[in-house]
Amino acid sequence: MGIYLPIAEISVNVFVLLAMGAAVGFLSGMFGVGGGFLITPLLIFYNIPPAIAVATGANQVIASSFSGALSHFKRGTLDFKLGGVLLAGGIVGSTAGIFVFALLRRLGQLDLFISLLYVVLLGTVGGLMLVESVNALRATRNGAAPVLKKSGQHNWIHRLPFKMRFRASKLFVSVIPVLGLGAAIGFLSSIMGVGGGFIMVPALIYLLKVPTNVVIGTSLFQIIFTSAYTTLVHATTNQTVDVILAFLLMAGGVAGAQYGAKAGQRLRGEQLRALLAMLVLAVAIRLAADLFVTPPNLYSLSAAGLN
Amino acid sequence: MAGPRAFAAAASLSMLFALSPATAQTPPAESIQIGLSTDAISITAGFSGADLTIFGSLENPDPLIARQGRYDVVVVLEGPPRPVVVRRKDRVLGVWINLDSETFENVPVSYSVATTRPLQDIAEPAKYKQLSLGAQNLYMKPADETDSPATIEEFTAALRERKAATGLYSENVGGVQFLSQNLFRATVRLAPNVPVGTHKARAFLFKSGMFVKESSAQLEIRKSGFEQSVFRVAHDYSFLYGVFAVSLAMLTGWLGRLIFRKD
Repeated sequence: MGIYLPIAEISVNVFVLLAMGAAVGFLSGMFGVGGGFLITPLLIFYNIPPAIAVATGANQVIASSFSGALSHFKRGTLDFKLGGVLLAGGIVGSTAGIFVFALLRRLGQLDLFISLLYVVLLGTVGGLMLVESVNALRATRNGAAPVLKKSGQHNWIHRLPFKMRFRASKLFVSVIPVLGLGAAIGFLSSIMGVGGGFIMVPALIYLLKVPTNVVIGTSLFQIIFTSAYTTLVHATTNQTVDVILAFLLMAGGVAGAQYGAKAGQRLRGEQLRALLAMLVLAVAIRLAADLFVTPPNLYSLSAAGLN
Repeated sequence: MAGPRAFAAAASLSMLFALSPATAQTPPAESIQIGLSTDAISITAGFSGADLTIFGSLENPDPLIARQGRYDVVVVLEGPPRPVVVRRKDRVLGVWINLDSETFENVPVSYSVATTRPLQDIAEPAKYKQLSLGAQNLYMKPADETDSPATIEEFTAALRERKAATGLYSENVGGVQFLSQNLFRATVRLAPNVPVGTHKARAFLFKSGMFVKESSAQLEIRKSGFEQSVFRVAHDYSFLYGVFAVSLAMLTGWLGRLIFRKD
């Protein structure tokens, strides 16, 4: 069944989009990530213009993170104060991102920049995760108990000034890295159309030593607002949010996420991480290939005077 | 009372003609007229391209020339003019990057031509250049005229090639057919991505390779339906649209949890 997307201005198949949403939802339920980093490249492979894929991806992320954050709020595994400080940084980063986005679009380098960011970030995160999970898998096969990093260990981040107490996270830490992390995630959110969970979660755990049980809820909480803000700003400055497209992805996504969560319970943590790492790397390689393969058309047209 | 006076006027007119024999022997000049059944068409969201039929007539054709088929008609449907940037990808450190670009002012977004015969059989190429008729002869004005002519030519050719590849510039040879000595029918193609706005339909009449007359009419193309309303709202009330998109996402997330709750 074909449907015409009003903003992307192309006809697409409804079932392909629902399936895409469900598949990504399944994976995001399984691995506990927002799925924005998968949705945006998938949309680009499906010939949705990158500018629209990014803005719509941000819109789609709101739905999954909102529903996830609700569960964590009920369970009390959400640190509002930490989330709030991250958010303050996020708004600044996101605003900067939107300006860079509009500038690159005017220069005709937006598509390239999005692809490069994806290749570099997904390649790095995927590679690190793969190495870590394969090591963990080997360790368990050899019978050794997996070594967990102890929280409460201090590093250079804990020597920075302007300390603040976050009770729910049992944390007393400088606001500088928290604001900085929020800003970085906000910037990526507006340029890549991702929630940033795949960077936020490891950063909170390894850099700030936030207890793992509050990390996901807090990260989801901040992602709701960052991506809501990103969506709003993209809608007003670039008019690139396609609600029809976003809704189809969300509808498939919320359904898929529930089954993914169930499936995820049957797999061990390091197996899950290894699978996710391979998936992330596959997306990165596919995007990288497009950068190096000679394009069928060297010339492209675009409207002049567009922001 | 009016009768005799009108008769008198007609009589004196015919006398005038009689006085100048040259004019009297030349039949009245040919001209061309086109008519559109409507001045606006709405295309729906599922629009996948269509043929637009334009009817027209020759006025005062010379029966002899018409019989010999020496009248030719070229009909053009020209989309609204817009500035366009053409970019060229080049390899930098192995990566394909948009490097050079050229901006053109007032390039018609679409340009569909229908002709009685192939353009090269109708008139001399110079004629088309002069009339700026045909996709190959349209003058594309570069925004920066100081660029080298070779560069401008290269990007102009790329612009035409891209427009033709996306179906926005098309040529329908044999798309104009004479239904009688006076009446013709032209079929121009509307591409699936035909732009909205004011289009200009123009008909050019050629007699034995010589340009005789031109006639034009305007056609408004708009999109209709739900999708178009969404597009409108997204552009005219972009902030409210953004608020709606965010609320819709939160509602979907909340409903999804309600329906599929596992805890």
